[in-house]
Amino acid sequence: MSDLDDLYQEVILDHNKSPRNFRLMADANRKAEGYNPLCGDHVTVFLRLQDGVIQDISFQGSGCAISKASASMMTAELKGKSEAAAHALFDKVHQMLTSETNGDAASEKVGKLAILSGVCKFPARVKCASLAWHTVNAALKGETRPATTE
Amino acid sequence: MKAVSHLADSRAPAGRFDVARIRENFPILQQRVHGKPLVYFDNGATSQKPQTVIDALAHYYSAENSNIHRGVHYLSERATAAYEEARSKIRGFINARNNQEIIFVRGTTEAINLVTQSYGRTFLKAGDEIIISAMEHHSNIVPWQMLCEQIGAKLRVIPINHDGEIVMDEYRRLLNEKTKFVSVTHVSNALGTIAPVKEIVALAHERSIPVLLDGAQAVPHLRVDMQDLGCDFYAFSGHKMFGPTGVGVLYGRGELLEKMPPYQGGGDMISLVTFEKTHYNVLPYKFEAGTPHISGGIGLGAAIDYLQALDWQGLTAHEHALLGYATESLSNIDGLRIIGTAKEKAGVLSFVFDHVHAHDVGTILDQEGVAVRSGHHCAMPVMQRFGVPATTRASFAFYNTTEEIDILVRAIHCALKVFD
Repeated sequence: MSDLDDLYQEVILDHNKSPRNFRLMADANRKAEGYNPLCGDHVTVFLRLQDGVIQDISFQGSGCAISKASASMMTAELKGKSEAAAHALFDKVHQMLTSETNGDAASEKVGKLAILSGVCKFPARVKCASLAWHTVNAALKGETRPATTE
Repeated sequence: MKAVSHLADSRAPAGRFDVARIRENFPILQQRVHGKPLVYFDNGATSQKPQTVIDALAHYYSAENSNIHRGVHYLSERATAAYEEARSKIRGFINARNNQEIIFVRGTTEAINLVTQSYGRTFLKAGDEIIISAMEHHSNIVPWQMLCEQIGAKLRVIPINHDGEIVMDEYRRLLNEKTKFVSVTHVSNALGTIAPVKEIVALAHERSIPVLLDGAQAVPHLRVDMQDLGCDFYAFSGHKMFGPTGVGVLYGRGELLEKMPPYQGGGDMISLVTFEKTHYNVLPYKFEAGTPHISGGIGLGAAIDYLQALDWQGLTAHEHALLGYATESLSNIDGLRIIGTAKEKAGVLSFVFDHVHAHDVGTILDQEGVAVRSGHHCAMPVMQRFGVPATTRASFAFYNTTEEIDILVRAIHCALKVFD
């Protein structure tokens, strides 16, 4: 498979076309906005957090296929997870996206999200894939400043 | 003289702009990217450099390197002469009245910041109004916003119409007794629109309001003449006009520069320093604190030599034909919408798809060897005006060809196939 096919796999294209949990959440108790100042991608992540567990998660915003698919898959993966588990997954995803050499090893630990490992071959696109994750991190921390990929 | 042999004498063959021959002057254009011939359509971000410019940089460091305006030794005198000769070349290229009106800066951004901080903070006050347009690059928005915050002035914005043209009636309405500065772009980096700058300057001057023109995207495509334009300040970057990065020019009318205070303090901008008082140097050195980008200035001089040797009539016709061909070819692609359809345009084609994001287009084009810019082009308000998060921008230079546009079209079809 070429690098490009690796990047735009069917699953990613599907999440881009019909993103999961792509909605406002009226009863969210955590919310954070994320910007990629380089390209103008913008995402808002909503959380309903109860007793340290993510009861519900959704997102809205605009961005490329990679950022949209990454956000969609992230929400599917994090629903029902504990805060601690979410942080741990963030670290692993981050490692997978950024380490060209350890990408394979890192991708083994992230389950379905391994489909995003092709991004590490496109350094300019890593920030697209990590934006939603930085944003959920900010939402979990209850930060009021918008998250950025910088 | 090896350097001279690289100069493209494009006047022969007569009447035709010989692109194939010109491309030989640009070594970077010969390479392959991802196994495909490089198609460089990101000239709005930075242009490629002819061999003569690359040689000038190497020559400076291998034969002339030393500090300028200081040493009495041989090398310093040679470097100083080369640097000042570059200033003269720039003066000639833009038809300024004298060399004192040519200030070397890092680029367009620094040139505009120099004007906002030196002229703006000295001569503008609370309640004054500054006019810019809705199609400015961030570098002609943010420095003015910073000035407004510092002194309590107000920023007014001339709207653009749906084609991306400045609405002149609105400009006339915005001009009033409180207006104390007008700063607009000559050519929009995101849309390619050529603004009616002579009319903009004339209307401001009727009220004695000074005008700055951001010429970063104009200088690579149009012959600019300071006496003809009549503006008070003109800012441009070396790297977008086939010269090195890190060097640019602020042209200012001598009378205004004379009464402006220095922008930065340090070496070279002084004539006498004591702990009680410092006397500033004369123009243009008053605005050139610290050791400048000497090689960059000399390289920019070489870029101007290169440009001066080109047949500009042929160049203009070639670029016009390129833009026309690209506009027509891309218009035929289903679902593609061109952003920026002004009557007067320079080599920029911005476009969007409803269902495919600009970044994804950019990545797939890159795999086909085509370099474009995807994003907001440092002009977020322009994106907001057209209701798009980002565009894909192909920006042309005189070394581009219609064959390359055919490659772009095929690459766009590849992108559409992925997202079919």
